[in-house]
Amino acid sequence: MRSVRDPSRRDFLNAAATVGGGLILALTLPRPGGRSSAAAAGVAGHANRQMNAWLKIASDNSITIIVDRSEMGQGVYTALPMLIAEELNINLDSIRIEAAPVGDAYVNPGNGGQVTGTSNSVQDAWDKLRMAGATARTMLISAAAKRWRVDPAECRAENGSVTNMQGKVLTYGELAEAAAQLPLPKDLKLKPKTGFQIIGKPRARLDTPGKIDGSAEFGLDVKLPGMLYAVLAQSPVLGGKVTALDAAAAEKMPGVRKVLLGSTGVVVVADHFWQALKARRALNITWDPGANLQLDNAAILTLLKRTAAAGPGLSARTDGDVAAALTSAKISLSAAYYLPLLAHACMEPMNCTADVKAGGCDLYVGTQVQQVSQTTAATAAGLTPAQVRVHTTLIGGGFGRRLDIDFIPAAVEASKAVGVPVKVIWTREDDMTHDTYRPPAYEEVSGGLDAAGKVIAWKLHITSPSITARMFPPVKGVDDSVIEAAVNNLYDVPNLAVSYSRQEIGVDVGYMRSVSHAPNCFVIESFMDELAAAAGKDPYDFRMLQLANKPRQRRVLQLAAERAGWGKAPAGRHQGIALLEGYTTHLAQVAEISILGGALKVHKIVCVVDCGQMVNPRIVESQIESGIVFGLSAALWGDVTIVGGKVQQTNFNNYRLLRNNETPELDVQLLDSDEAPGGIGEAAVPPVAPALCNAIFAATGQRLRTLPIGAHSLKRK
Amino acid sequence: MTSITINNQTVIVDAEPDTPLLWVLRDHLGMTGTKYGCGMALCGACTVHIDGAATRSCVLPLSAAAGKSITTIEGLSVDRSHVVQRAWLEIDVPQCGYCQSGQIMSAAALLGANPKPNDADIDAAMSGNICRCGTYPRIRRAIHRAAALLEKGSPK
Repeated sequence: MRSVRDPSRRDFLNAAATVGGGLILALTLPRPGGRSSAAAAGVAGHANRQMNAWLKIASDNSITIIVDRSEMGQGVYTALPMLIAEELNINLDSIRIEAAPVGDAYVNPGNGGQVTGTSNSVQDAWDKLRMAGATARTMLISAAAKRWRVDPAECRAENGSVTNMQGKVLTYGELAEAAAQLPLPKDLKLKPKTGFQIIGKPRARLDTPGKIDGSAEFGLDVKLPGMLYAVLAQSPVLGGKVTALDAAAAEKMPGVRKVLLGSTGVVVVADHFWQALKARRALNITWDPGANLQLDNAAILTLLKRTAAAGPGLSARTDGDVAAALTSAKISLSAAYYLPLLAHACMEPMNCTADVKAGGCDLYVGTQVQQVSQTTAATAAGLTPAQVRVHTTLIGGGFGRRLDIDFIPAAVEASKAVGVPVKVIWTREDDMTHDTYRPPAYEEVSGGLDAAGKVIAWKLHITSPSITARMFPPVKGVDDSVIEAAVNNLYDVPNLAVSYSRQEIGVDVGYMRSVSHAPNCFVIESFMDELAAAAGKDPYDFRMLQLANKPRQRRVLQLAAERAGWGKAPAGRHQGIALLEGYTTHLAQVAEISILGGALKVHKIVCVVDCGQMVNPRIVESQIESGIVFGLSAALWGDVTIVGGKVQQTNFNNYRLLRNNETPELDVQLLDSDEAPGGIGEAAVPPVAPALCNAIFAATGQRLRTLPIGAHSLKRK
Repeated sequence: MTSITINNQTVIVDAEPDTPLLWVLRDHLGMTGTKYGCGMALCGACTVHIDGAATRSCVLPLSAAAGKSITTIEGLSVDRSHVVQRAWLEIDVPQCGYCQSGQIMSAAALLGANPKPNDADIDAAMSGNICRCGTYPRIRRAIHRAAALLEKGSPK
């Protein structure tokens, strides 16, 4: 995805109108490179009115907040409503949440589309939704003042009502229709931080009740009248195609309604999932394996190394003169690192439900990309995008997997073929063997130190496939999503060169939680330890030496070291430290491990976080814990292996994920900060692997330059 | 036709006898609180109680469920009042929430058999339930909290 830009927040227009006797508040946002569109200010009842809504206040006092980011565990269905509620002065417990449909106003400028990703939902919403709340509040007060014939300054909005100095009270519902007739307020005053009643306070998630009684509806749970179930047979060799299909036996099996050759494979439609699954086993499909029959992990590594050796690639950043600085350095060092492919492994396997009718399609899908889902379904159905209504469900794990849309066409094609709604369900095996994998990366790094131990030269050359070139072509120059955490090098280094060579591997690669922050942070923070060792310095002291002008980075590093008792680990235990600046969040981790009989035990991860202004610290804390657990699974065991073009991992028995009994103590400290909100969904993932490997170095003297850790045999020194 | 008892109600199901209970619940009975995660009893998302014991419904054929008393997340309580649900709400355990029905059913079975589990008991009972979001620390806290609520005399 494209990096977060800083769109001007000044030029958005607000609009309000009545629909059914209430107030709908709609905003439009500046389009990339242009002024705002006032499309939302259309006539009541016009389709566009609904599309751009953020807030609906009905005359029965019900308040609905429309959330334009997908809820996949990261808490947007709580955090974004909190922003509106803060300014609107309402009780959060009484609101309803609706998932936004596809709409221009829901475009996330930081991502260039209606996209939930890059950990920027709160950053994107921070001004926008507080202004939505303030706009509605101001209009409701004006409506009340008008009714009472008093100065609006004599009225107050609180807890869903407007009151005046005479003690008169009108509820928002009673005022909504009148408020909707008023012009938009010109001058909005947002509350200062000191006035926050909701923002920054830990509070319960709004989606928890439905998630503890089974009533929360994920994509897999969608039920429509007359709905059929389908499974999809995809090429076992990645990238293969169907050349012949004999479905005679499958078609005779109980419950089977249809077998069709779709654009993504063979689709078996049946009355029930289990029948479709059994019938899939009876299919006789001839596959053209395509170009990947010889593909395996050794071939991928060879390919990446060959490209890396061919030249430094495209420059992403050049400061000073790295070559000269490396030559003049008192100590210089080089190393090569390799990161494997990884699978997203969301708990909810990929699925999609489509209902294609004459002239329209309803799509029920857990997606992080509403617009792309819409166009994908339109293409599959032979409709225009405007004819496809996207209903975003709760998501049972996104992690970037649902930025892809490969599970959509089969549902649409099947529904069109059978004339009723169809839900396509991928099995766990389908999901694991047909992921869009975290790309591998081969990284060569060199560093040079002066006599005082200061890093004076840093050269990093990344060779990897480009996700963005596949998903959002064309990419001009360096793909930003490959050089994260490397190009914005967080240490003070006068001579710096970061470069990128693109090498595709024939496998669809995708964005995975923290994207290239994870591989690059692993290389940077591991190599910083290598340089510290070469200089004979403590890894913490060595880092602080390179952070003279970086107060936020120094603060989290120092507090993490203090909290973890850096240098004072109990006998038999060893520590490693790592630092990340990403998503405008700063965090440091200290891992504490022991190694007994070659077995690694992770005892504790301390994580100190400065993510700027927090909206809901309770969610921030859970996201940090979540990121650490995600990072642990990847660091310890994450490895997708390919043999003959087929992915070998099929289920949780051979793609191991961390379990409760394996989870170390997680000690998270969140720092109060007046800085702008940073992202929290991904930032905790990257430092885990380097912190662990640095601890392993402290314990064993072994420097692990490839992951997963589980592939290495460890020997305590 | 197979007769099974779910949440104290007997229902007749027209499904092939090898259909896993999970899919009977989800597709035939519309009870989608029980989740599909792996189909191989590896992740615990499909956990239900069979005669009070935590059981993976994704590998239990309908034929084997006949005559048993089955409890699903929908039947744990009618109003989220089960002590485990109350603790889950208080600690705000779920993130994406997809695995949580299974986590809650495993935790409820644990507390049913052992009202005051220690960390080792929790390790043993909960290691079969994967949470990709990493809610494990909160799950542990919530189980201890539920045990404390039980001790104070809260009904299960």
